Amino acid sequence: MKILVCVSKTPETTANINFTNNNTEFDTNGVSFIMNPYDEWYALVRALELTEANGGSVTIVNVGPSINDAVIKKGLAIGAKDAVRIDAEPTSALFVAKQIAAYAKSEAYDIIFTGKESIDYNGSLVGGMIAELLDLPYISYASSMELAGSTATLQREIEGGTEVVQLDTPFVVSAAKGMAEQRIPNMRGIMMAKKKPLNVATAEAAQSNEKVVEFKEVPKDRAIKMINPEDMAELVRLLHEEAKAI
Amino acid sequence: MYDNGTHVYTVEKSVKTDLFESHDHYNVDELLSDDHKLARDAVRDWVKAEVSPIIEDASEKAQCPLHLFKGLAEIGAFGPSLPEKYGCGGMDEIAYGVIMQELERGDSGIRSMASVQGSLAMYPIYRFGSEEQKMKWLPKMASGEIIGCFGLTEPDHGSNPAGMTTNIKDDGDSVILNGAKMWITNSPVADMAIVWAKNEEGRIKGVIVERGMKGFTTPEIHGKLSLRASITGELVFEDVRVPKANILPNVEGLKGPLSCLSKARYGIAWGAIGAAMDCYDSALRYSMQREQFGRPIAGFQLTQKKLAEMITEITKAQLLAWRLGSLANVGKATPAQISMAKRNNVNMALEIAREARQIHGGMGITSEYPIMRHMMNLETVLTYEGTHDIHLLITGMEVTGLNAFK
Ligand SMILES: Cc1cc2nc3c(=O)[nH]c(=O)nc-3n(C[C@H](O)[C@H](O)[C@H](O)COP(=O)(O)OP(=O)(O)OC[C@H]3O[C@@H](n4cnc5c(N)ncnc54)[C@H](O)[C@@H]3O)c2cc1C
Repeated sequence: MKILVCVSKTPETTANINFTNNNTEFDTNGVSFIMNPYDEWYALVRALELTEANGGSVTIVNVGPSINDAVIKKGLAIGAKDAVRIDAEPTSALFVAKQIAAYAKSEAYDIIFTGKESIDYNGSLVGGMIAELLDLPYISYASSMELAGSTATLQREIEGGTEVVQLDTPFVVSAAKGMAEQRIPNMRGIMMAKKKPLNVATAEAAQSNEKVVEFKEVPKDRAIKMINPEDMAELVRLLHEEAKAI
Repeated sequence: MYDNGTHVYTVEKSVKTDLFESHDHYNVDELLSDDHKLARDAVRDWVKAEVSPIIEDASEKAQCPLHLFKGLAEIGAFGPSLPEKYGCGGMDEIAYGVIMQELERGDSGIRSMASVQGSLAMYPIYRFGSEEQKMKWLPKMASGEIIGCFGLTEPDHGSNPAGMTTNIKDDGDSVILNGAKMWITNSPVADMAIVWAKNEEGRIKGVIVERGMKGFTTPEIHGKLSLRASITGELVFEDVRVPKANILPNVEGLKGPLSCLSKARYGIAWGAIGAAMDCYDSALRYSMQREQFGRPIAGFQLTQKKLAEMITEITKAQLLAWRLGSLANVGKATPAQISMAKRNNVNMALEIAREARQIHGGMGITSEYPIMRHMMNLETVLTYEGTHDIHLLITGMEVTGLNAFK
């Protein structure tokens, strides 16, 4: 079983989000970055569990500059066998998908994992695009996945229920909450990661003809109102009259 | 770990989330490698998942969460800077430092569980033991299968360990150990103890005393109002026969225990920063949310003075620890330098706890916030591993060349 896990770098969940350059660029000043939690907690950990149970190996891939190595090393410390960083600014979902597809094409992975979305831009695009570019089936938002031989059974949370899907490898899957649980790397893993290959690949020429024109922040005037837990009537009144939610 | 079946554990998990965020006013993170940051973040995540939900209740009930010995071992907190060959981490001293910082951010008692195992029980075997002793003990101690403790302090000899009366007498293949040690972290649950005792020539030797040896008991000390989540006891030796193979061959004199203490004190210099950060972080958040006189108390000058001084002191302590770590990495950190950092950083943390307590007003005295627990813990940290004043005298002796101890 050969598994590829696509990981991206996102701002830490508590980071202060600001924009520069006339609100066209995210201001990375003073922001710490982490591995996108959907990629780490669900995709990577489930991939590791599957190879631990069935044999095989997990490779992680990231499209980004060398500063992303810190995030990639965490993936290696958690247990991936090796990593590939495709050396380019990830300018759009299509650009990233083209890079990963070009790399994965010759590698014959049985499963390609992504997270269901990245917690910064929430696009949920890269997985589907990779599948399309490689002409593979794509299962999105999977919250569980079991494997018997080369047949996978996946669950997807859908509106009002669950969809159970079965298919044979190879395929692309995006992992949602429930797929696995966070695995904290230990000191031994961190030291072993130093000896694992982190290969750097040159990017394919790929056009990306979209650009961000503006980021707008959510209005900040939504003050929090505390309501006495006993006072249901007041909660209903506020939801009805002020929030106009019900 | 030794369990005599009497250990009560009725601690309940809290549903409150640990909101801790670290603050890095001087971009000290840039002085750390990717591995240091990975290690720190891993331990921070572990503390949030395993320590924070139980620590207030464990501390209130004075019940040591013994299951965390296994967790500490799994994360790699036992002897992280000892070689991989012995099942340890093979990391550098700064990595060890940030691990201690994050553990103590959780609780000084939890950090003590790890400090004692790694720096006071494993380290002397690594540094002064035979290869056979190392292979016998270290891998099982790194994996948490065997828990150790460190017996130096005696009822009548605390700051002056050279006056110890615990002693060994030669008896063929064995020595006969007599005496008592006091205030020993982990002792009631330890499987083994590194005991410092005088031989017939009055020279201090390190002896590995094993649970089950006849005449060796470890009564628990109750009624501690500090470090309540850590278990403390005595070591009592009544004609304990210890095979000579259990004596650490490569050390004699006070240098033995003192070099272990140097290692542990080094960790405490980092650990204290963790406790201080937790108090500061809580005070900062509370002061932004708590309103009096129509605005957040963080807006008042007197609150800002407290907060500004706290982050200034934390930043200085971070730089001191980082520099000490850089020296330790090349084997150049002197005991006097370690003394200065331990003394400064622990006192800094205790003062920050006191100021943070005030910022929390009445809420500050409750277990809703970590402040009082840290403050009470830090009273121990100020005293153990060399008291605040003893470290001052060490610095004094270093700069004047004059001994003010006696
Ligand atoms: C919770 C806890 C856990 C501990 N764990 C361990 C452990 O695992 N192993 C271990 O061996 N020990 C342990 N200790 C013991 C600790 O190291 C001692 O308490 C410490 O060294 C001080 O000794 P003492 O309590 O006997 O105080 P004393 O030495 O009696 O000191 C009392 C006061 O006198 C001052 N003083 C003493 N001599 C001088 C001097 N020459 N000049 C000026 N002032 C002086 C001290 O600074 C202090 O303020 C622990 C202690 C506690 C509280």
